[in-house]
Formats: sequence, C-alpha cells, structure tokens
Amino acid sequence: MSTRVLLPLPVVLPLLTAGLSIVLARYQRLQRLLSVLVLTSVVVIAGLLLHTADTSGPAVVQLGGWVAPIGISLVADRLSALLLLVSATVLLAVLLYAIGQGVADGRRSPLAVFHPCYLVLAAGISMAFLTGDLFNLFVAFEVMLVASYVLITLDGGAAQVRAGMTYVVVSLLASVLFVTAIGLVYAATGTVNMADAAERLQDVPDGVRLVLGLVLLVVFGIKAAVFPLFSWLPDSYPTAPSPVTAVFAGLLTKVGVYAILRTQTLLFPDSEVISQVLLVLAVLTMVVGILGALVQDDLKRLLSFTIVSHIGYMLLGLGLASKAGLAGAILYTVHHIVVQTTLFLVAGLVERRGGTSSLRLSGGLQHVAPLLAVLYLLPALSLAGIPPLSGFLAKLGLLQAGVADGGVLAMVAVAAAVATSLLTLYAVGRAWSEVFWGPVADVVADPDRSDSVDVGTARTPRLMVGAAALAVVGGLAITVVAGPLYGLSARAADDLVTPSRYVEAVLR
Amino acid sequence: MTGNLTLALLTGLLYTVGTYLLLQRTLTRVVIGLGLLGHGANLLLLQAGGPPGRAPFSGAAGTAGDGVADPLPQAMVLTAIVITFGVSAFLLALAYRSWVLTGDDEVQDDVEDARIARQRPDRHAHAHPEELS
Repeated sequence: MSTRVLLPLPVVLPLLTAGLSIVLARYQRLQRLLSVLVLTSVVVIAGLLLHTADTSGPAVVQLGGWVAPIGISLVADRLSALLLLVSATVLLAVLLYAIGQGVADGRRSPLAVFHPCYLVLAAGISMAFLTGDLFNLFVAFEVMLVASYVLITLDGGAAQVRAGMTYVVVSLLASVLFVTAIGLVYAATGTVNMADAAERLQDVPDGVRLVLGLVLLVVFGIKAAVFPLFSWLPDSYPTAPSPVTAVFAGLLTKVGVYAILRTQTLLFPDSEVISQVLLVLAVLTMVVGILGALVQDDLKRLLSFTIVSHIGYMLLGLGLASKAGLAGAILYTVHHIVVQTTLFLVAGLVERRGGTSSLRLSGGLQHVAPLLAVLYLLPALSLAGIPPLSGFLAKLGLLQAGVADGGVLAMVAVAAAVATSLLTLYAVGRAWSEVFWGPVADVVADPDRSDSVDVGTARTPRLMVGAAALAVVGGLAITVVAGPLYGLSARAADDLVTPSRYVEAVLR
Repeated sequence: MTGNLTLALLTGLLYTVGTYLLLQRTLTRVVIGLGLLGHGANLLLLQAGGPPGRAPFSGAAGTAGDGVADPLPQAMVLTAIVITFGVSAFLLALAYRSWVLTGDDEVQDDVEDARIARQRPDRHAHAHPEELS
C-alpha cells in the first residue's frame, strides 16, 4: 500500500472526529479518549509521510481524481511532513495537558466545546501544511481560525471578549486581504494551484510579480506576527486558558511562517527586493519584539513578546535566500514550536501553583515547587540559545548562514540576532529570578488579573505536569537528534531552493 | 483583459468605505466595515475570472469554449461568502457579548495603554475621570 492513501487522513480524521465529539458531548471520557486516539494516529501518519517524503520524494494526491491544475492537490514534501509531524506531536502533548487541567477542575461546560474545536483546529493546521492550492490554503486558514476564535473566547469573560475582539477583527482583515491576493494572483495567472502558478508567474511582468509577492507577505505577516503587524498577538494570547495559549503560541504563528516560506520560495524565487525586505523585517521584528518583552510584568505577556521576537529568526533565514539560511529557518521553526509551547505550558503551571502570573507579585516558587523550576529553566535557556540546547544549534545554523552571505544587511541581521539572543536571556532570566528566587510570596489574588480560569487553585495535577515534562523532554530530544534533523532540514531547504521538484511532483 | 469600469469603481468604493468603517471605535461599524471589505474582495475575485457580461457556464452564442464564463472564481467567491457569513455571525455574537458585559458598543481600551496612562496622571487631563483615580 502506498503511503499516498494516508495523505488526506491528517485532515479528514480530526474533522470527522470533531463531528462525533459534538454528538458525544455528554460522555466526556469517550470524548477525551477519541481526541487522544485521533491525534496519536495523526502523529503516526505524519511520521510515515515524513519517511516517504524523505526517501522517495514528495507524496501527492489529487483530491477527487481531478488532474493537477484543475483539482485540489495535497502535497507532502519534506518541509510539510516535518512540520506536520512536529505540530501533531505538540497538539497531542497540549491535549494531555488540557485533559489534566479539565479533569482537575471538574466538570465545566466549556469543556464539551473544547474537544471538537481543538480537533477542528488540528484539521486546519494539517490542511495548511499539506495543501498545494492557494485557495485551499485560505480555507485551511479559515478552518483553523474559526476554531481558534471559539477557543480564545472560551470563557466569555470581559477580558476574553476584549482580547477576542482584537484577534477576530485582525484575523478577519487578514482573510479579506488573502482573498484579495488570491483574486490578484488568479487575474495574473489564471490558476490557484501553487505548482501551476509557480510556472505561470514566470511570464508575468516583474512589477506585477513583486506586488503579488508583497501582498502575500503582508497577509501571512499578519498571521505570523511580523514587525509592524504583531501588536494583536501580545494583547490576545495571554487571556485564553493556558493550554489554548500554548498551542496558539507554538503553532498558529508558525503556520503563517510556513505559508511565507512556501509561497516566497515556490512562487517568487530569486526576488532581490523581497529578500531585502524580509531581512529588514527580520531585524525589526527581533529587536522590537524583545524590547517589548523586557518591560512586561506578566509572565504570559512576556512570553508572547518573545514569540514575536523569535519569528524574526525564521524571517532572517528566509531573507538570506540561501540553502543554509533556509535549513536554519526550518530547524529554528521546529525548535521554536516545541520550546515556545513548553514555556506556555509551564507558565500555566506556574500560574496555578503560585496563584498569579505577575512577576511582581510572585516569588520563591523554587522552594515550593522545585520540579517546576527545572521545567521552566530548560526551555527558557533553550529559547535564549544556551549550548547545548536546541535553541543554540538552530541559532548557530542561522548565524553561520548569515556570515556566509556576507552582505551588509545580512551582517546587521546577524548582529541583531546575537543581541536579541542576549536580551532574551535577560528577559527569561528576569522572569526566573522574580518567580522562582527570593522569599516565598503569599498567594494573593492579582488585582487586575486577566485569566480567571485556573488561577490560585494551587493544585497541579500529575497529568498536567507530566504533559509539560513530556514537552520539555521533547525539546531536549531535538538536541540529541540535532545532527539528523539538521540533515533533514538541509534536504528540505534543498527542495525549497529548487522549486522545480515540487512543480514536477504535482503536475506530472 | 477587458474590464468593467462600473465593477472596478464599485470594488474600490467598497474597499474605501470598508476601511473607513473598520477604523471607527464603534463595534457595529467595525462589523459592517468588515462585511463591506469582504464584498469588495469577492467582487475583485469575480472580476479576476475574465470579462463580465457572459452567461455563467454556457454562453448564449452556443459556441463551445468561447462563450463560457470561468466557473472557478464563482465557486471560490461562493466559498468565501459562506466563510465570511459564518465569521460575521460569530463577530456579531461577540460584539453583543461585549455590549452585555460593558454596556458599551465601543472597542475597549488596550490594557497596556490603560496601564501606561495610569502611570502618567499628569499627562492626561483629557482622559475619562474614572481613570484618574
């Protein structure tokens, strides 16, 4: 049996189960079991797809049997399959964490909605990674976003509605721009199949192509929280329940980054202007993001700003437009998905245990919960890029690629990357000393707390800690398998710099 | 490619009005603005399908191929309309929830902005009185 048959399953399975899950809303145990089973099978399928993509080239399925430029193609090349595997694993870990939290907090009404929405989110993310069609990518984004709208406003409190409003309006604006971009691409090329468009765009005048590239960059830049378009992120993420924030932090922005990687390398290769723009944006995103993180008092807000800042590293790799740069960007994306999710999971635990996520009010948590201190420290150091953790290896790859490029802008970006790395260490270190060191703080209710979900219960269920520990171990595992993983990233990057392989696989 | 000036102008108008309404502070206007922007985008997509005025699918002339309108943008616009419809419904529910919670139809102040404003009492004589306390 060819693994091509498996290709639609990461999308179809979660969607079907989401429907089943709504029907089974009364049987919460069954709901949980189903969600875990489905996401586990998606992990296995993604692993098989990655193996196939790595050994025998991209797997392609034409949905409904329609030939390529007419029907919708699903494509799993190395980049898609790798990100699919990582995201499915992260989704599973966060699901376990959420189940642990849900079980501990007893029967809550939103939980019945949580599982179906979470599965729809998983389906949307998988579809975004697998699709080879621009309009289908729009649909995938919408599937993912609609689920995320529900998840981010799960509690329906004033803070969630205020944050959710910003999030929904900004996402909706991005969607409108996306439809506009699709309309423009269709007008210019007469196709929305990405492989077909890649060929036809070569005949389009340079100016038009540049505009199309920039419009798509703006669209995905909003989703990925790139410099001038990031301000919605730190406002909306921290108010959601911790597992939701964790999965958004790890995955949603990275789907945007993936879309930028895919469209810019496939549709608009060798565009000097866009590369330069990307490098400038990378520098600004890194620096502005981390400066924002430095002044935050809330742990979750601080971490939200580090997401923004570290998106810059991925843009840096893409902006270099070299094989090494792209390989670094891919490795960095994998590392960042895992580490950022872990940090938010641990932040959720800190908030539960310490009663607040405010740095000012908390303190001395290492005396109360030493395990939590270790769980925070490892991913935090990895984020800052301390050797031998995964962040160091990913950053090293990017910096070497930057130095090899040798251009003025590339060198500036390398300098900014190093400075951002140091400032990240300062930011997460400050959070560490405020939260874990010092005298034990009394658990006082935070006067203007944003998260009413799980604050101050002081109970940290084993499943939650276990899931967070699993994520930390996953982050450490990246270090262990860094050699083969970098090899895989380099091969994926090689695919990206020769878009003809993708086009060949889809169209012929 | 020949275009239709009326449609082009209408698209531009929808984008303009939509953007203007989106920048207002009242949530109702924001929702309407997004709806108009969505219509503008859909019209743009429709125009990408080729010169207007042809019958959908099969033309009146009966000549194969020549008189056929491109069905793909129409299918895509339909999908986009359905999605916009669903999301608008959610957005309206959210706006209503916001109105129930705050008794106000305005977009709430940014948390950080409010915090910074509180730290600088000397600089905001024009702010609301309750924020001064």
